Amino acid sequence: MAPPRSNVPNPGRTLLALFVVMAALTGVMFMQGHPTPKLGLDLAGGTTVTLTAKTANGRTPPSTQMDQAVKIMTQRVNGLGVSDAEVAKQGSSNIVVNVPGAGQDRVVQLIGTTAKLQFRQVYAVADGKPSGAASPSPSPTPTAKNEKPGGASPSPSSSPSPTGSETPRSRALSEALAAPTPTPTGSGSAPASPSPAPTGLPPGLGTMPPGAAGQDYSGIDDKAVIKQFEQLNCYVPDKRVQGSNDPNRKWVVACDQKEERGQVAKYILGPTRVLGEQVSDASAMPPDPQQGQSSWWVSLKFKSQGGREFGAATTDAYRAYQQDSGSPRSQIAIVLDGQVVSAPSISRGAITGGTAQIDGPPESFTQTYATDLANVLKYGALPLEFTQSSIDEVSSTLGSDQLRGGMIAGAIGLVLVLLYCLLYYRGLGLVAVSSLVVAAGITYVSVVILGENMGFRLSLPHIIGLIVSIGITADSFIVYFERLRDELRAGRTLRPSVETAWKRARRTILVADAVTFLAALVLYFLAVGGVRGFAFAMGLTTLIDVIVVFFFTKPLVGLLSRTRFFGRGHPLSGLDATRLRGTANRTAKGAASSASATIRPKSQEV
Amino acid sequence: MLGTRAIVSRIYRGEISADIVGRPKLWYSISGVLLVLSIAGLLFQGLNFGVEFKGGSVFTFSAPSASIEQVRGAVTSGGAHQAIVQKAGGDWRVTTESLSSAKVTEVKQSVAGELKVPAEKVSTQVVGASWGGEVSAKAWQALLVFMVLIIAYLSVAFEWRMALAAVVALIHDLVITAGVYAWSGFEVTPATLLGFLTILGYSLYDAVVVFDMIKEVTKPLGPTSKITYSEAANQALSSTLVRSLNTSLVAILPVAAILFIGTTLFGAGTLKDLSLALFVGMIVGTYSSICVATPLLVQLKEREPRYRELRANIARRESSAKRQAKIAKTQVAVAPERDGGTDDPAEPEDGRPGGGEASGDRTEEGIPASVTVRKVVQQGPRQQPKRGTRQQRRGK
Repeated sequence: MAPPRSNVPNPGRTLLALFVVMAALTGVMFMQGHPTPKLGLDLAGGTTVTLTAKTANGRTPPSTQMDQAVKIMTQRVNGLGVSDAEVAKQGSSNIVVNVPGAGQDRVVQLIGTTAKLQFRQVYAVADGKPSGAASPSPSPTPTAKNEKPGGASPSPSSSPSPTGSETPRSRALSEALAAPTPTPTGSGSAPASPSPAPTGLPPGLGTMPPGAAGQDYSGIDDKAVIKQFEQLNCYVPDKRVQGSNDPNRKWVVACDQKEERGQVAKYILGPTRVLGEQVSDASAMPPDPQQGQSSWWVSLKFKSQGGREFGAATTDAYRAYQQDSGSPRSQIAIVLDGQVVSAPSISRGAITGGTAQIDGPPESFTQTYATDLANVLKYGALPLEFTQSSIDEVSSTLGSDQLRGGMIAGAIGLVLVLLYCLLYYRGLGLVAVSSLVVAAGITYVSVVILGENMGFRLSLPHIIGLIVSIGITADSFIVYFERLRDELRAGRTLRPSVETAWKRARRTILVADAVTFLAALVLYFLAVGGVRGFAFAMGLTTLIDVIVVFFFTKPLVGLLSRTRFFGRGHPLSGLDATRLRGTANRTAKGAASSASATIRPKSQEV
Repeated sequence: MLGTRAIVSRIYRGEISADIVGRPKLWYSISGVLLVLSIAGLLFQGLNFGVEFKGGSVFTFSAPSASIEQVRGAVTSGGAHQAIVQKAGGDWRVTTESLSSAKVTEVKQSVAGELKVPAEKVSTQVVGASWGGEVSAKAWQALLVFMVLIIAYLSVAFEWRMALAAVVALIHDLVITAGVYAWSGFEVTPATLLGFLTILGYSLYDAVVVFDMIKEVTKPLGPTSKITYSEAANQALSSTLVRSLNTSLVAILPVAAILFIGTTLFGAGTLKDLSLALFVGMIVGTYSSICVATPLLVQLKEREPRYRELRANIARRESSAKRQAKIAKTQVAVAPERDGGTDDPAEPEDGRPGGGEASGDRTEEGIPASVTVRKVVQQGPRQQPKRGTRQQRRGK
């Protein structure tokens, strides 16, 4: 929709188009089923979580670490959108997180995770059952290829929907599991057995050695770890292994974070090669079918040092792959909070570009999960581990009186604006009034729709801000009306003046609105939390201002200029040329004529 | 009453003319005093930051039958100035500013007395800032980036002088508003911060609309024009004055309603924090875009060689004897009713009657031979005595 450029725009058509769009938006609003805006923390309450820092011996955690944790949690919360969540330290070892909206379990989960990330080389892989012991949980029997797992594992942080088809590009893990050929590494000889193609179909899982029988433990110089590995059972709800989250341990044993094709692998991992602190940015990426991806994935960027470290780690892994494509050492495990998120095999050469990607099975790597994971990784790990000591629904902080008061006062203010417009602009005041009503309507509908789709929540400052912005909106048509009256004063007739005045007013309106919009954009992208939401509201009202004045006010004036009442400059129309020009000539005669053109401020019943 | 009527009808016809550009010293001294006061307030009083920025004390107790208002009342009557009341689960959580241990006891007793909660059941803890350094740092960062961008944008859309003048006016507004907060001792809460950000947009918006008009009026000025840049700018200002006052009024009305009605009926809190900042900022913003940004712009522009030349040309023409006589005549004829009913427009520095009076005169006699005179298209306002009457005659 562009403003009509022809010299004779059809105002009726423009108005009609605007109303069709408005009706459509209103329809969308009702179809979403929530014809009211979502409210923020101060008006509608939300969920409050108290997280308590866990320390080794019950001592109070150092306050610098607590402050850092608050900072990181704030960043994580703000990374979720434009809501006005609050994070504050309480007492010496608690952090209270207030999130607007009830039942924000996902957010709560996300905020509390430590998100300690490590990259380690894999030294051994096996199915996560203790060797020689029956698995306590019924592990699904391995089925034929290309059949999706019977039941996706219910994971706390995502609701996986089993996808319909298996990917052509199997996860590296299964490749590695496919060929546990015990070739001693370090001999430099190429593997004798033909290795499966890296992009082969997932091999039957029957080849996975139960437990850890027949493992090659060469290179692992810690017997205790091997023992721990053999006895480890990963088919338990809590898959975190003691000590697996400690980056300083040379050897750790870890479980896979999730079941995959009904299996949970366990790993022996070598020394930490890259730490999460080296991640500079993370973002969730949609699946790219051309790359053979079927699930969302997370793209990581490293700082320069991390890039070098990761390059070195992948070089080692790739060397292992060249010697024996089935070697577990060709895999780099990505360990998050002591569990292996994924362990891709480095089969295409070392990765020295300073980037890495984390992906996983489509049933668990949904968009939500990838987004959350990226959000958590982006801001780094918490310096402390936290446990949730309580989750409560929290009420609004403002009584309903404040909201009601704000609304009533705002309404009174707007009514005053309307009265003033009617008094000053007479008939044109009606245009102003209807423009304001339309602007208010569009604003309301937009806020509702955006609340539903973007998580935009109105807090009291936003509402006041919107009311004020509607007042500022009036500026656009006052600019236009004043221009129009200038034209009439200069002695032009109304119909052409509508166009010429518009041309001059349009530029002013656009330049001035661009300034406000720029302010909103900068604040939106740079500020955080409540400020961000406010900037959003500011930008929104500016856009609506432009839309209303272009597609409503101007066409309406155009239409009205054709009527007798306005076109002939009826005294009540606000476009009374003789009155506007009352003393255009500054002579005694002009002064006399202005006596007849006095204004008696009385309420006009138009 | 006739006087006010005349004024009202003049406003209605958009005919206010005041010589604003001609008196920069007056405006600068007013602003200077305000700025000095504000900065002094910020330095000596300092801003009173709210719980969200500084942290405070939090009281937790269970009072199932109480309402938000009752709880707030109980805590504030115990001596706390700010109270953010929340119900979490079955308990009340009330956050107040940092209280001394004596004050904490008072609040506990007050809660115990008014809400029938045993005092030992009221637990208290220290709470940290929820809008801590992170949020403020980001806001400052955003503000700086915004300043740079806005100067760049206005330099492209207008010119660097206008950008500079607009930004000076903006800083002027923010400092004065902050000063009002410092002296009044009102709390600076997140809502206040948001109010400040709104002023930021509004102040610039206002200045841009005025500058747009000035640009339009001064565009055709050349070395042989009849009026100086200052006079042209003043005309532009006069013609947007009505618009400026109108829009400011329209924007301030809702804010004033929220500030005065909202806070008297519903007590302080978010409503007051936000609307006070807006109210002060908008009034100051309107003033600064007219009386600070514009005179500053004119002073910058008058230094430009071409406008200096224009000034010199006009001054030369002025000093010719014939001109002088003519002007004397018109002044006598015009002065009486020009000045009736409005506040007396001051004489600009160069001693000519204000407004575009001189441009009505189209003779080019008495110009020194050194100046080549080209007949230019009639500029300036269209309200000229002769033309006006002729057109009226034609129209009837």
